[in-house]
Amino acid sequence: MSAATRETPPSPGRIGAVILGVDHISLRFGGVKAISDVSFEVREHEVLAIIGPNGAGKSSMLNVVNGVYHPQQGRIRFKGREFPAMTPHRAASMGIARTFQNLALFKGMTVLDNIMTGRNLRMTTGILAQALRVGPAEREEIRHREVVEHIVDFLEIQAHRKTPVRRLPYGLQKRVDLGRALASEPDVLLLDEPMAGMNVEEKQDMCRFVLDVNEQYGTTIVLIEHDMSVVMDISDRVVVLDYGKKIGDGSPDDVRHNQAVIDAYLGAAR
Amino acid sequence: MTSALDTFPRLLLRNAAERGDHPAVREKDLGIWQTWTWRQVADEVRALACGLAAQGFRRGMHLAIIGDNRPRLYFAMAAAQALGGVPVPMYQDAPAGEFSYVLNDAEIAYAVVEDQEQVDKLLDAKAKVSTLAYIYFDDPRGLRNYEGLVSISKLQALGREYDAAHSGFFDAEIAAGRPDDVCVMLYTSGTTGKPKGVCHTHQAFIVAGGGAAEFDGLTASDSMLSYLPMAWVGDHLFSYVQSMITGFTINCPESGDTVLTDMREIGPTYYFAPPRIFENLLTQVTIRMEDASAVKRWLYATCMRVAKRCGAEILEGKRVSFADRVRYALGDLLVYGPLRNMLGMSRIRVAYTAGAAIGPDLFRFYRSIGINLKQLYGLTETCAYGCLQPNGAVHLESVGPPAPGVELKIADSGEVLLRGAMLLKEYYKRPDATAESIDPDGWFHTGDAGLIDARGHVKIIDRARDVGKLATGAIFAPNYIENKLKFFPHIREAVAFGAGRDYVCAFVNIDMGSVGNWAERRGIPYAGYGDLAAKPEVYELVRGCIEQANADLATEPGLAHSQVRRFLILHKELDPDDDELTRTRKVRRGFIADKYASLVDALYAGKTVQHVDTAVKFEDGRSGIVSADLRIEDAKVLPTQTARAA
Repeated sequence: MSAATRETPPSPGRIGAVILGVDHISLRFGGVKAISDVSFEVREHEVLAIIGPNGAGKSSMLNVVNGVYHPQQGRIRFKGREFPAMTPHRAASMGIARTFQNLALFKGMTVLDNIMTGRNLRMTTGILAQALRVGPAEREEIRHREVVEHIVDFLEIQAHRKTPVRRLPYGLQKRVDLGRALASEPDVLLLDEPMAGMNVEEKQDMCRFVLDVNEQYGTTIVLIEHDMSVVMDISDRVVVLDYGKKIGDGSPDDVRHNQAVIDAYLGAAR
Repeated sequence: MTSALDTFPRLLLRNAAERGDHPAVREKDLGIWQTWTWRQVADEVRALACGLAAQGFRRGMHLAIIGDNRPRLYFAMAAAQALGGVPVPMYQDAPAGEFSYVLNDAEIAYAVVEDQEQVDKLLDAKAKVSTLAYIYFDDPRGLRNYEGLVSISKLQALGREYDAAHSGFFDAEIAAGRPDDVCVMLYTSGTTGKPKGVCHTHQAFIVAGGGAAEFDGLTASDSMLSYLPMAWVGDHLFSYVQSMITGFTINCPESGDTVLTDMREIGPTYYFAPPRIFENLLTQVTIRMEDASAVKRWLYATCMRVAKRCGAEILEGKRVSFADRVRYALGDLLVYGPLRNMLGMSRIRVAYTAGAAIGPDLFRFYRSIGINLKQLYGLTETCAYGCLQPNGAVHLESVGPPAPGVELKIADSGEVLLRGAMLLKEYYKRPDATAESIDPDGWFHTGDAGLIDARGHVKIIDRARDVGKLATGAIFAPNYIENKLKFFPHIREAVAFGAGRDYVCAFVNIDMGSVGNWAERRGIPYAGYGDLAAKPEVYELVRGCIEQANADLATEPGLAHSQVRRFLILHKELDPDDDELTRTRKVRRGFIADKYASLVDALYAGKTVQHVDTAVKFEDGRSGIVSADLRIEDAKVLPTQTARAA
């Protein structure tokens, strides 16, 4: 049985109401249009994949959602509130976490420390109190460490707790990046090509972790992925972008048979 | 009423009463070692047993236990025993086919497993196993959407209710247990034919575990790392049985990948591993030393030379010159101590290895850095209890004298026979196999061929069915000779012939890496394996190895006639693709003898050159013919000695 296939079909009641929506988003860099008038919605507890050829605007879309880019037009709805644009801090404190295509880890720090940085937003004691290890700071650290340990256990990286991230193979670094994102206990997790550059076995592992996160923590997942078999296996819904426009939105099967999507991927004359 | 300590549940109650606050089991969870004291273990087992009883598990039933070494799985073992049931630990990585065979053979209705992986396998097997009805799991991860499964904690909660409603039930069940009840069923790995369930009684394992514990002076303050498969007799004896008997602590590592780190943190005093693991550890040390700075490399090399010269002797308390003692003490401070610490072996009092022949360099390495590594001999059928090497009398080639309570004799065929309380009761549902291996006088036929040396130590030389006789009537143990040759780094494979012949001859495969390197350093050019193997210098090198092995054999009683008289180096590497080796790289002697019959004849006909055409399969699937003229050379044979001057 492939690790990438669901052992049980998603229970019908799993997917909830809309948690995140982007409405008519357009994003330009100078004269270059990265995204034009894209809208879609993400429902609670679902796994949504954003696919598209290179330069389709997928990563830009994630960056709009978590506030790195500010779109010129459109609005973002999250947990019942509306914003013309997110900021990274607001996104993070409202429960959006993300991983990065090119990994954003502190390479010289250990796995534990890297994941611990994901807890930063949830720490209440000050930097001075932490440096001096006064009582409340120490108690707080123990509490956070427990959360981190659950993640270490979840991602099966117990053997590498104290290893500097630089010394880990790429697939494991990706896993640590996922762990760091999970540490903030997000409601929505944005994954930017979580399987890029991995071998088949690493991909299967990662698929399993993504599905387990979704199942166990109920985390809503938005992921960008190029590997079609992965996308078709693990997502509930797929949004297809091409040249900054949305050309498809539906279940994996719908999208697979969508003529516009086929053309975009096979490069048919437009 | 339960005062006699003759079953494991009674031993558990004794431990809970006498050393209730002593740590019994530790498990690293969420980065922290969690401890169960004996009192807590007894409590957990009680809840688990009552839970099983509430679900209908009864005396005489079998409980499958599948997973890595987890405390709750050990508790489940004790719980089954408390109810008079029989735990059947199974290899967690066995393929699905073997799984359903064992489940069916043991008529498993109840199974306690570790996690989703095992649950999935059981659910797959369920189609073929009609009896399987109840599955309990330890780790709930990924199992949320599964139906009809119960977690161990839930089972224990049911058990506590049941216990409250049926007070006295648990104690009465334990009181009803008898020492000659079957306490565990261990399946043999089944390399030959279908796996067989080996039924052991409480009494057998208590004799074996108690005998071995007393032999090495184990006490409750000892500590053991439990990381080998629970289905293996070695883990059952060393972890479960001996901790129950002595009250020592067993430690379950966090996962298979963390064993090394966990071992360093725990610092066990008692350790058991097959040779393969000792070899991997040494390889890691060697690789890391090669990457170290020049000063450290020099220091390591220098100290290891000292250790090699006198380390093992110091460990055995033999006479060593004062100067060497000072050097060794210095080496201990600088290298051996830190190295033991790195390996997590600082506190080890006794370490055992068994299961396969261990190389002399490997064995000596660990002993020379002060680790009391010893060998033992035992089988699944004898509770892994047969021979033990005593402290101070450890010899590489033997496995020690028979352990206390074990009778041992060598049959006329050379087969090792064992008798004692530690023998299996029977093979499950296989009276034919039981009758075949235990004779009417109670001797168990091990299937191993062995000798007893002048010191009274037992030497295991081969599987009995492979052992033959030379035309002179002397014993011929091909595997023993081949192993001796293969321990030389230059020799990769060897095939010995001699059954029914006047003397022993051998085919040799050189080790391409090692000999290639050797040739490069000497400026000997070569084009490939066949070319290198035919070089006169290489023949000279191999002859040196063989003559050294011959010198060894000459001193061993009964084996002096097995010295290798003539040999040749094969022109191609023996290969599983050509059916010359099994997939696990054991030589298929009979097949090779047929395939290269002309070479074997030439060896015994006294020829010095023989032409041979060999069909080979290339890696791309094509086949072809490789031809060569192979030289055959003689090796020096020493006259038979009874024993080397001691």
